[in-house]
Amino acid sequence: MNIAIILIILLVGAILTYFSGNRFASKVAILFSVAAAIFSVALCLKYGAAGTSYSAEWISNPSISFSLKADGLAIAMILLTTILLPIIILAAHNREFKNEKLLFSLIMFMAFAMTGAFLSSDALLYYVFWEMSLIPIYFIIILWGNGEMAKRRKAAMTFFLFTFAGSLFMMAAIIYMYVKTGSFQLEAFYNANLSNTEQIWIFLAFFLAYAIKIPIFPFHTWQANVYQKAPAVGTMLLAGLMSKMGAYSVIRWQIPTTPFAAHELRTVILILCIIGVVYGAIMALRQDDLKRFMAYASLSHVGFVAAGAYALTYDGLQGAIVLIIAHGFGIVGLFYSVDIIQNRTNTLSMSKLGGIASHTPKFTVAFFLAILSSIGVPLTFNFIGEFTIMYGLYEVNLWYALTIGTSLFLGALFMLRMFQRVMLGEPSETKFRDLSKTEIFVFSLIVAVLLFFGVYVKPVTDLVSSSLEEIVMHIK
Amino acid sequence: MTLTDKNLVRYIMSTLIAISGLGIICLLLEILNLRKILIPVTLIGLIAALGLTVTEFYLGESFLRTDKYNMVVTSGFSQGFSILFIVLAILIITMSPKFYQDKMVKIADYVALKVFMLAGAVAMVSFGNFAMFFIGLEVLSIAAYVLAASEPKSLKSNEAGMKYFIMGAFASSFILFGIALVYGVTGSFDINEIAVNSMLSGIPLWFNIGFIMVSVGMLFKASIVPFHFWAPDVYEGSPTLVTAMMSTLVKVAAIGALYKIVSILAAGITPAYQIALIVLSILTMTVGNITAMKQSNIKRMMAYSGISHAGFMMMTLLTIGSSANTVLYYAAAYSLAGVAAFAIILGVCRGKDNEDVSNFFGLIKRQPAMTAVMICAFLSLSGIPVFAGFFAKFFVFGQMLQTNHLILVIFGIINSVIAVSYYLGIANVMITKEPETTERLRVPFEYKVVAVAAIALNLLLGIFPNLIMGLTL
Repeated sequence: MNIAIILIILLVGAILTYFSGNRFASKVAILFSVAAAIFSVALCLKYGAAGTSYSAEWISNPSISFSLKADGLAIAMILLTTILLPIIILAAHNREFKNEKLLFSLIMFMAFAMTGAFLSSDALLYYVFWEMSLIPIYFIIILWGNGEMAKRRKAAMTFFLFTFAGSLFMMAAIIYMYVKTGSFQLEAFYNANLSNTEQIWIFLAFFLAYAIKIPIFPFHTWQANVYQKAPAVGTMLLAGLMSKMGAYSVIRWQIPTTPFAAHELRTVILILCIIGVVYGAIMALRQDDLKRFMAYASLSHVGFVAAGAYALTYDGLQGAIVLIIAHGFGIVGLFYSVDIIQNRTNTLSMSKLGGIASHTPKFTVAFFLAILSSIGVPLTFNFIGEFTIMYGLYEVNLWYALTIGTSLFLGALFMLRMFQRVMLGEPSETKFRDLSKTEIFVFSLIVAVLLFFGVYVKPVTDLVSSSLEEIVMHIK
Repeated sequence: MTLTDKNLVRYIMSTLIAISGLGIICLLLEILNLRKILIPVTLIGLIAALGLTVTEFYLGESFLRTDKYNMVVTSGFSQGFSILFIVLAILIITMSPKFYQDKMVKIADYVALKVFMLAGAVAMVSFGNFAMFFIGLEVLSIAAYVLAASEPKSLKSNEAGMKYFIMGAFASSFILFGIALVYGVTGSFDINEIAVNSMLSGIPLWFNIGFIMVSVGMLFKASIVPFHFWAPDVYEGSPTLVTAMMSTLVKVAAIGALYKIVSILAAGITPAYQIALIVLSILTMTVGNITAMKQSNIKRMMAYSGISHAGFMMMTLLTIGSSANTVLYYAAAYSLAGVAAFAIILGVCRGKDNEDVSNFFGLIKRQPAMTAVMICAFLSLSGIPVFAGFFAKFFVFGQMLQTNHLILVIFGIINSVIAVSYYLGIANVMITKEPETTERLRVPFEYKVVAVAAIALNLLLGIFPNLIMGLTL
């Protein structure tokens, strides 16, 4: 099986979605995203951890090739993307949007770009996809976002400029690597003989791009505003997939290329990650707007992921990957719940909400399960990720594990407090319609993933183990 | 580009003759009162010239071998640039009939001047003799002065023409003096002889002075800071179609010619000269960009952003000999996106007396398709994949890092971010602001075709950069 097919499916899907008109756009998008999901499952079943690759010449001078590599790690990320994609589209397809064909087409295009970024093993190709994914989300935010135009424009602009600036430094680092090694290939990057100073500069250039994208404290300042202003689909794409692209890139590109620098700067970066985890949790406690709350909650969790990746131990990396996938599904479930609440009550202010639970048994259960998973209760997917990361951090230093552990407690606190304020209490006067069939379907998909892998995570760890072993080999 | 390698040099001038002939045909058609077929004939003629140049490029030989005096030396570099110029001219002349709708009586003059401008541009990159270069430069410049002032009733257009003429003539005299000094040292106008003679030891200082004077004159033509002051006023005052031509064709012709001249007079590149180039290109990028941020007139904004792009293109002068493909690629990416943007500016500001940004407010509600093209053009200009503008910047940065000019890359990056902020700023107001009227905006068919064709070519170059980077120039 040629892995380039999955890119073609998504790209053709994006184009056809646009030309199918407003009426059929969501259906065509679902069709193609499900096709992509089926393809990636088939890819996983056929190649699994062994992986496969594809390469074709693209530009002769400087030599840049269209080379894709689907090893276990990349396949795991593609599975995440292509399975979340139909869920996100399903979540959006009942809502009223202006110009639906463009919206769904942009969503498909963004999935195309991100899949490309996950798959490419040529640094420049990777950069092209990485940057391409920025354009659709920018337009999704300004065209379909919430709130005042001026504020929305400002949020989208800040977001674009921040990430673009970070990425450009990454591009400079990539070109520098090319000058050094004469190739853009991943293998050449891994085996480049860089001096220690060079490594530190390249590490920092990459770090700027990833820290803004993930985001890691103190590069997170764009995040809460953008999550708040973006439409629900946009937030799901940003939190569920785009921030994962940053975390994945840390593991795939940054750490193995500059292992010395990663070890040298580990203390500083781990401290930043842990500050982010705790800071996100504290900020979440203080929010009234549900979407901003989720944004800070997400900041706290992706900080966890980043801490796992930068711990530089096998367990840390494995935990990071598990948590990437778990958080991807979990956060989409949470933002979907937020979207449902906003849609039915027309408000996101926690102080105005309350007592929804008495009207909606099904929604309450679904929302609660998503929250439990995000807290990291045992037998959920997140728990395994967080626990493995903490073990990975413990291997570095006990104190890291202990301080980051406090965030588990804080996480439970802010999540349950939010649930209390929004769902429990005196029954609200306004009626709250319970879940429709599509919504139940979406939630059951998400909850099934979160619970199944919470009990039996082996398929995921098996899939990524050999790739991670290779990466750990380069780090040592 | 190897100037002295006889295998790569082809002594041909068929393109130049064909284009000059076409200009004369334009004038003849006017005399014969065949104004109606003027535009079709010109376009067909240009397409034929394009076909001729492309064929000659790939065959590597000429259909016409009459030039015994090496007046025109065509290398892959000059043919590549000529092809780009012809494409740009075709795009711009396609828009002419609509633009000069109410001045159809004079259309032959306008079109003929544009074709002569093209001939001048072609001569500027394919000269084999400095006399030829100067003729090309003057043909291009004089046509441009006249076109800038081609709206006699508008005060601004008069101002633009006058300003451009005085400043341009001043710069031309610098170039001429420089050429004279170089002649004094090397005893020849022929580029091959100059290149050989200037490599001899014991070259007097006059050579360097001449080289610097030619460079300064060309930097003026390419509107490099601090020789850029004429550009915004001239761009703003000239009729928009002329501005489109000046900011794309004339600018890349100047850059191409500058590149060729510097590579001929490479003996004069001293470390001090390189430092000056570095400083000027940093200044050009930064000053152009920062000033562009503050503009509310979109033509002025394009002028200043064009200045900053000239700064990017100028970096390639530091790696003369290895960056011919890069400068051609950058020129193509920049000018195609520029033409697309100008086609839409023409469409939107038709019948308006200014080109204020407020004309673009809420354009998406009035003309969604053209808004999309405009955004694509801006994305390319700001260097975002997968448009050609990204690869253009990427190749330039690559060249710079290869030769350890890290400082230029850092300033280039900072400037890219600044550029994104104002390009996207306009994209933003096109989407989010409320338009003055919600009435659908009618954009003439020709403008649409040109905009779409230009952006499609840009995208094509972005997806297949090998089309230019794979050439042996």
